Amino acid sequence: MQNYYETTFVMTPVLSAEEVKKTVTGYSEFFQKNNAEIILDDHWGLKQLAYPIGKKTTGIYHHIEFKATSDLIDKLELMFRRDENNIIRFLTIKLDKHAVLYNDKKRQGLAGRNKKISSPSKTEA
Amino acid sequence: MAVRKDTIKYLTSPAIAITQKKYCRFKKLGIRYVDYKDPEFLLKFVNEQGKLLPRRITGNSLKFQRRVSQAVKRARHLAILPFVTDLLK
Repeated sequence: MQNYYETTFVMTPVLSAEEVKKTVTGYSEFFQKNNAEIILDDHWGLKQLAYPIGKKTTGIYHHIEFKATSDLIDKLELMFRRDENNIIRFLTIKLDKHAVLYNDKKRQGLAGRNKKISSPSKTEA
Repeated sequence: MAVRKDTIKYLTSPAIAITQKKYCRFKKLGIRYVDYKDPEFLLKFVNEQGKLLPRRITGNSLKFQRRVSQAVKRARHLAILPFVTDLLK
């Protein structure tokens, strides 16, 4: 039974562009290999951290929304922990039905920050 | 002898005493999910020091206050929101 999950991880800004790409593609391949379905693969890029992590004040954020079986999550988190020098922070969340609905609407641009008031649907912040 | 309401002399004008009825913005706007990745929205529930505002100030219902606090804590974990700061807004 596949559930909806969403994971966000922060990489140290020290990484060069191709190292970032390598780690990111490594994880998306991990998902494809274990027949998990990636819904959204979103690279937020370099962002200012709200507080310094490991003496660094900026971090490269990456966000993946996917559908997977529950046993995959332990493997994923183990990979995050093993990837000590690249990944400084990660968070994996199981999405409930409201969250999945919100994310779908956000992808279509109906909800969330950049709301396009094209269709007069119920606005949902 | 029942005192008629309008004969009561108020020390301060009653207009000050009447506070605007607080409502849960999630019920009113029909919001069902609090996104922890959206800092502008979460900033409404956090004071200048970055601490969570209590329910009596935000006016949230218990169910959504818990979701907001969970979302803020997740945002703090991902360094989207600070744990403690000054003049956040």
